[in-house]
Amino acid sequence: MNKTTALLTAACIGGLLTTPLIASTPAEDQADWQAYFQQRFPQVPKDDFVNGVYSIDPVGRENWEAIEEFPPYEAAISDGESMWNTPFANGKTYADCFPEGPGVAGQYPHWDKEQGLVMTLPLAINQCREANDEKPLKYKKGPIADLLAYMTYESRGQVIDVVIPEDDPRALEAYEQGKQFYFARRGQLNFSCASCHAGNSGTTLRTEILSPAFGHTTHFPVYRSKWGEMGTLHRRFSGCNKQVRAKDFEAQGEEYRNLEYFMTYMNNGLALNGPGARK
Amino acid sequence: MLSRHSTLKGALAAASLTLFSAGAYAEMPAMQLDGDVEAGKAVAMDRAKGNCIACHVIPGGDSPGAIGPALVAIQTRFPSKEEVARQIWDPTVKNPEVVMPPFGKHGILSNQDFVNVVEYIWSL
Ligand code: HEC
Ligand code: HEC
Repeated sequence: MNKTTALLTAACIGGLLTTPLIASTPAEDQADWQAYFQQRFPQVPKDDFVNGVYSIDPVGRENWEAIEEFPPYEAAISDGESMWNTPFANGKTYADCFPEGPGVAGQYPHWDKEQGLVMTLPLAINQCREANDEKPLKYKKGPIADLLAYMTYESRGQVIDVVIPEDDPRALEAYEQGKQFYFARRGQLNFSCASCHAGNSGTTLRTEILSPAFGHTTHFPVYRSKWGEMGTLHRRFSGCNKQVRAKDFEAQGEEYRNLEYFMTYMNNGLALNGPGARK
Repeated sequence: MLSRHSTLKGALAAASLTLFSAGAYAEMPAMQLDGDVEAGKAVAMDRAKGNCIACHVIPGGDSPGAIGPALVAIQTRFPSKEEVARQIWDPTVKNPEVVMPPFGKHGILSNQDFVNVVEYIWSL
């Protein structure tokens, strides 16, 4: 960018910042968001955004497709299936908490009016365990990632349809907080999530291609080669916070659950395709 | 700061809010810009320091990123070394939405590393 255009852009954006803006509804946000990424990557069919960085990186995609021939998350799926089938000490099973069966990932996250919070699948799993006198699982990796891998696998193809119910203003508040989080610059390096995954998606940070945010929640948990194991969505959030030298937040704490609510709502209409594999 | 009811379109264009409180010096303090080119080059290439190469093509640097412009012919683009220093101290002064980190303002680099990297960039 030459200096004149840089200054011009700065001026236009400055205008946007100072002009009082009209309130936008979540539905308007979602339309803007999806249009933004489809215009930014016109070559990517909408359904392909679920493949993350591989939707825009043909070379990486070839490698990844080879990896998917023998998926590294297969062991996690079968360990998760055993967990699902193994009764708790009291004789009950996960099926008592999830009577529709394991394939319910498409129903999360959702606004839980009774508890007044965003209910995610991992939180529902631990609430189920605690109701049955079992210890809660750790949220970033390990057994919870296995169980999530199985339940997500059983949910493949479900279309994301997150709702922000209008009869409870706290739901909209949670959504707005997630949105704020997404666009807030943080850390010593002063990046927002949007700095990397919206404004600079498709460019390279050193040799790493930055994936578009649209599609980011569809395929978790993932087997990540860098981790050498499975990890949950909130593990990834924590890693992305830390790499800009910002404090990370607690997995399944309110900040990350609200963030997940916002991000998943932005993905409405995409199909679940987890668990996934990433480098 | 964007209002809470900003449109997402506005936010996508602007791409961020600022939460980080200003560091010790919001303004660049007066300093002698007489650093060492070689030491500055090391700062620019070091992941744990400037890591300028993560975003900029720099002559002689391996596997550069492509987020910022190539750092070449700097003296034809900046009127003075001090202007380059201001860009690196806090690039958000010129462009509030830029993703380049405020290396001086947020204390990412020590003053010595800062002065050295300015010297190196000015030499390109
Ligand atoms: C400094 C750049 C940077 C920032 C800031 C950043 N990320 Fe990332 N993020 C990356 C990189 C690099 C990757 C790995 C390559 C890719 O998929 O983009 C990644 C990957 C991800 C993934 C996994 C994508 C996939 O397909 O599996 C998610 C989800 C994600 N980031 C969310 C976030 C969130 C939420 C934030 C803010 C809290 C954030 N990121 C901030 C650089 C960043
Ligand atoms: C995360 C990305 C990123 C990093 C890291 C980064 N920059 Fe930048 N840099 C940019 C961007 C983007 C611009 C364009 C600024 C604009 O358009 O206002 C820029 C612009 C510049 C310019 C002005 C170039 C011109 O011709 O206008 C200089 C000089 C510069 N950077 C030096 C550095 C130095 C020195 C470092 C490391 C100490 C560094 N940058 C690290 C992204 C980065």
